[in-house]
Amino acid sequence: MRIALIATCLGDALFPDVPKATVALLERLGHEVVFPPAQVCCGQMHVNTGYLKEALPVVRHHVDTFSDVDFDVAVAPSGSCVGSIRHQQAMVARRSGDTALAERATALSARTYELSELLVDVLGLSDVGAYYPHRVTYHPTCHSLRMLRVGDKPLSLLRAVDGIDLVELPRADTCCGFGGTFALKNSETSSAMLADKIANVLSTGAQVCSAGDASCLMHIGGGLSRGETGTRTVHLATILASTRENPA
Amino acid sequence: MSSTFLGVPRRGHDHPESPLRGTESFPKAAHHELANAQLRRNLAHATSSIRAKRALVVGEMPDWEALRDSGSAIKADVMARLPELLERLEANVTARGGVVHWAADAEEANRIVTELVRATGATEVVKVKSMATQEIGLNEYLEERGIAAVETDLAELIVQLAHDKPSHILVPAIHRNRTEVRDIFLAEMADAPADLTDEPRRLAMAAREHLRRKFLTARVAVSGANFGIADTGTLCVVESEGNGRMCLTLPQTLITVMGIEKLLPTFSDLEVFLQLLPRSSTGERMNPYTSLWTGVTPGDGPQEFHLILLDNGRTNALADQVGRAALHCIRCSACLNVCPVYERTGGHAYGSVYPGPIGAVLTPQLTGMDGHGDPNSSLPYASSLCGACYDVCPVKIDIPSLLVELRGRAVDNDRDRNIPGGWDAAMKAAAWVMSDEKRFAAAEKGLALGRVLGGRKHRIRHLPPPLSAWTGTRDLPAPPAQTFRSWWRDTHPAAGTANATQAQR
Repeated sequence: MRIALIATCLGDALFPDVPKATVALLERLGHEVVFPPAQVCCGQMHVNTGYLKEALPVVRHHVDTFSDVDFDVAVAPSGSCVGSIRHQQAMVARRSGDTALAERATALSARTYELSELLVDVLGLSDVGAYYPHRVTYHPTCHSLRMLRVGDKPLSLLRAVDGIDLVELPRADTCCGFGGTFALKNSETSSAMLADKIANVLSTGAQVCSAGDASCLMHIGGGLSRGETGTRTVHLATILASTRENPA
Repeated sequence: MSSTFLGVPRRGHDHPESPLRGTESFPKAAHHELANAQLRRNLAHATSSIRAKRALVVGEMPDWEALRDSGSAIKADVMARLPELLERLEANVTARGGVVHWAADAEEANRIVTELVRATGATEVVKVKSMATQEIGLNEYLEERGIAAVETDLAELIVQLAHDKPSHILVPAIHRNRTEVRDIFLAEMADAPADLTDEPRRLAMAAREHLRRKFLTARVAVSGANFGIADTGTLCVVESEGNGRMCLTLPQTLITVMGIEKLLPTFSDLEVFLQLLPRSSTGERMNPYTSLWTGVTPGDGPQEFHLILLDNGRTNALADQVGRAALHCIRCSACLNVCPVYERTGGHAYGSVYPGPIGAVLTPQLTGMDGHGDPNSSLPYASSLCGACYDVCPVKIDIPSLLVELRGRAVDNDRDRNIPGGWDAAMKAAAWVMSDEKRFAAAEKGLALGRVLGGRKHRIRHLPPPLSAWTGTRDLPAPPAQTFRSWWRDTHPAAGTANATQAQR
């Protein structure tokens, strides 16, 4: 299958290991990955901060970029970026009166998937042949759970990973407090939420906290690092890309 | 975050504190609440136990999603033909011996209640727990005019005795634990036994004796309404304690203040809502007391019944195609109990009698948002958009989408009025950068300079404002040596048609 990669702006600029692992995984599974280099961002930050007019050119650029490329499906290693593509881009276009763009955005979003959706729903996989001999707990991320309804797809993929010691995260479905610019505008409330998330992560004794969103991991990881906890954050894609030959 | 707006000229904002508006923005008010360790513990305990109860009784319903769809559809229908249904309600209440009054705002509703109470000669009224009368500040209004309003719901009584404000729609004293309640009773309730302990049963008995005296002497009661049935003129109050039932049946005169959105078209619609509401609110299969009354029944119950239909900003919300969904709310407070923001800040941080996720979308619509100096303009941002509220809402209000819409309104309003916001420049610049890959790649080069901030451990611990709001409690990883797009170019030099197609654009 010819799969277009949405690296996400955060993945491209700050966490390149996440889109790299996505490429490695999909290529190992025998698929062709294309990276439309004009891509930048889905527009979520602007939308969720209330700057919907400013989001419009960002959304248009995303839709234009991917409309011009030949691919079967697009994938992003991020539940919230796919959530924004699926549930916000057309709204932004409609709100500005650009119904043509709204229709193109809707059509594009219909073949855009979050990583675990792509692997389980589109490619029909439950075991991607990964090897990751570490104690891991998984934070399911709000937008994956409640915007995309990925359910336990990420967990089912992780359960099949060879060598993994997967431990359940208490109150897993509670937000870590990131929320994009919420973490800045309401930094104290955000930090209070993070403190509880971190306490739950540490209670598992896991060496690694994983999730399907680099943004949530940036937040949880920022707190784990500040507390000198020794617990690391690792993206789902990195674990699934890891093998005995090329361990992460 | 106060630093967000530093250096921005302030317009003269004049927002007197009201039941729908606090004095501080949400981040500032939350700052005080978050530091209250007792509050944090009380809230964490109370919300987690209500969440568990709700999950249990909702989980056992095979048709829960269908019920939610029905509730949502009925409310959408009500909003679509509200004027017609209100007139039908008025006609039916009148035909059954009630008197209907229309109040455009809080002042008018308060004035009508005062005149009605004065006409009876009473100087004390007993009250059924009601959000509508909290919203209009009725108790304070009556008190200023020599009429004592006695709250008879146990939690409302605690709040009233403590000269406090409710912090939850359903559990107004959720921020108090039983030791605090004991202290409040001893200090403020004249007939509280001197040897009162903090045992829940003892506390309830003390309140019971205090309230019995009020019930048996009251000549006027004031209530709200959970539902008003247009087809029959029937009003409905659901409650747990039975104190509401006392108020609704014992006094000679009953005055009910009902928000105009509380309508249901037909009696059989109650079938849906009397399943949705108790399971969502108290986590009960059925609430202990459901009182229904229609006009006046000679020789039985209040012989005088007045219904005050309250607008107070609701028609503004109704006129908004997106925002009107907030009027579907049946005040169950399930969204408060699951909200990770509410669980940590409590209700007072919202400044409005309607706190939590629904408060953050309802309050700004009832009052309007008057620039970013208005505390209510900060409410739509009081959410991480985690979506837990939407999942539990019994009438499927898409609160996260409403929050985003209202954020857009807040930004647009300021834009239209040329009020600069602290985020304008950053967001405009980011939009310019993020709508072009060359500009973005250039920005990434600039970002790479940040590697020096990371030190040997590649983590950034201090940044200047506004990013200090992040680094105050969280590290940030140093930018990587190579961006993904640069790595891709190096490793996939002949990456096929994707590049070629792009190049032709």
